Amino acid sequence: MGQIVYGALAPHPPHLVYAENPPQNEPTAECGWEPLRWGYERLRKALDGIDYDTIVVLSPHWQTYVGTHFLGVPHFKSLSVDPIFPNLFRYHYELDVDVPLAEAMCSRASEAGLVTKMMRNPDFRVDYGTIVSCHLTNPSWDKPIVSVSSQRSAAYYSLEVMQEQAVALGRATREAIEASDRRVVLLASESLSHRHFVAEPDVVEDMSKEHITNHHQYLWDMKLIEMMRRGQTRELLDLLPEFTEQAVAESDSGALSWLLAAMDLPTIPAELFGYGTVIGTGNAVMGWDLTDGGAR
Amino acid sequence: MTEATTDHEPGIVAGLIVPGIPHPLLCPDASEGYRALADAFAEARQVIHDAGADLLIIYSTMWPSIIGHQVQARPEPEWVHVDELFHDLGSIPYKFQVDVPFAHDLVGHMEARGLKARAVNYHGFPIDTGSVVANTLLNGDNALPVTMLSSNMYSDRAETVVHGKAVRDAVVAAGRRAAVVVVGTLSNRLFTDWIDPADDHVHSLKDDEWNRKVLELLGQGRLEDTAQLSREIHRQIRVPKVVNFKPMWWLSSVMGAHNDYRGTVHAYGALHGTGSAVVSLVPTEGGIGLKEFDEDDVDVFQGDREVLA
Repeated sequence: MGQIVYGALAPHPPHLVYAENPPQNEPTAECGWEPLRWGYERLRKALDGIDYDTIVVLSPHWQTYVGTHFLGVPHFKSLSVDPIFPNLFRYHYELDVDVPLAEAMCSRASEAGLVTKMMRNPDFRVDYGTIVSCHLTNPSWDKPIVSVSSQRSAAYYSLEVMQEQAVALGRATREAIEASDRRVVLLASESLSHRHFVAEPDVVEDMSKEHITNHHQYLWDMKLIEMMRRGQTRELLDLLPEFTEQAVAESDSGALSWLLAAMDLPTIPAELFGYGTVIGTGNAVMGWDLTDGGAR
Repeated sequence: MTEATTDHEPGIVAGLIVPGIPHPLLCPDASEGYRALADAFAEARQVIHDAGADLLIIYSTMWPSIIGHQVQARPEPEWVHVDELFHDLGSIPYKFQVDVPFAHDLVGHMEARGLKARAVNYHGFPIDTGSVVANTLLNGDNALPVTMLSSNMYSDRAETVVHGKAVRDAVVAAGRRAAVVVVGTLSNRLFTDWIDPADDHVHSLKDDEWNRKVLELLGQGRLEDTAQLSREIHRQIRVPKVVNFKPMWWLSSVMGAHNDYRGTVHAYGALHGTGSAVVSLVPTEGGIGLKEFDEDDVDVFQGDREVLA
């Protein structure tokens, strides 16, 4: 029987990959955003001790307005250039997809009444949110992934409808994994508060210019982090629509709602590995170790 | 008021409004409506030709930017594009001819008006589906050099109008005759399930009625009147993905904030539920003079007014 062995909030600012200077990325940096990069380092260390087969990631930057889509091509190799920050992220990626698990998740979600689609076009370019979160979690890319799109029902209907669909998708994800033989790490690829600055400093990694956009956003970020640290995931789920609206948060993607539901709302405290801002947005790297099933 | 350009004067010689959803390019014969829209692109191409344009400027609502405004400056961007939603319709190989000197001129004119702007020149930069579809159907043989512009997701009217003025400045300063293309739908609500293309229709009667009202105005050449309705259009028929419905503000600013145009609705139909139309506007004289200015005509952008969120 398969199992979700770990879940993580794994934000995807391309700045973090830029500052890491991996060989896959063309631009190079002097430094930058260390608290978040060290946070990812702690997450990787936590995962080092866990046996898992596949990473499943839900990314806000694969935006689908008709249903939820799943990567369905076994292997991708291409160049990902960030449309907003092309000066920072031009990443040559090569990755494997766990297509059988993706198909199982797609089928289960469809049975649950969600609109779904497998993405079979080999020319498709994998979104940078998926790539950034997966690179920072597993830079060796030695595990296959399943990438899930963000169904944009927050814009089309309401945050509550989005959340209902994301929760249904999360449950379907869990059921599909448990029906498989996979041990899976889940990544919710998103920031918390998400109001950007609209200008960059001349030296992009000049950390004297980096801070949260405004105090309001910071208060919301801390509120959410504290709830996750206390294991208050049920309350958090209830609060997410309000947080999303108030903090212009990237949780409008459904990634965090999906993650919490897939993990069956664990009451164990989440580990905070790092918090920091990136061009004004609030980002936390956090994880739930579910190897013992997670306390519920 | 901007005068109509003669055969030789620099300026904006035509404006186009086209959808960026890929069906007219990738499956034009899947429905009569898709075919009509695809044929309308061909008519619009003829309008560009007849106007004597020497440059195509594409402003796509499907290319969002955050750090100010981006201008494509790769000389020959080449890729095989796949839409993130309609990937099953197929791939779109392209190789475009970008007017690089004009792109850099544009950045300078934007900065001169207080805007943040930058040229992007990177292999593999993800040109959006809308720009790819528009340039392929209007200019697939690269008969005209093209400049592609992003749409800043936070900007509202003041910034958008200044952006449009900067584009016009650049065209006139360069002595060019430009056709400007807005890529976007009217009502933008897609069906949230898969449909048979033969059954495609505008998502709701309300969307359809508003689309037809907008097209009635544009067909009469009343561009500025339509621009003045942007906030109401946004409230009535736009799924709020961005702060506001901006393309008519931009187009009116670039072409001239008046109603003296010869407007033609080449086709109107549904693309997976959205209201999609191909419209051309050619500067003329003696058009309908019903414009109403009820907002500031901003010439220099002076910041975001300290708006927090």
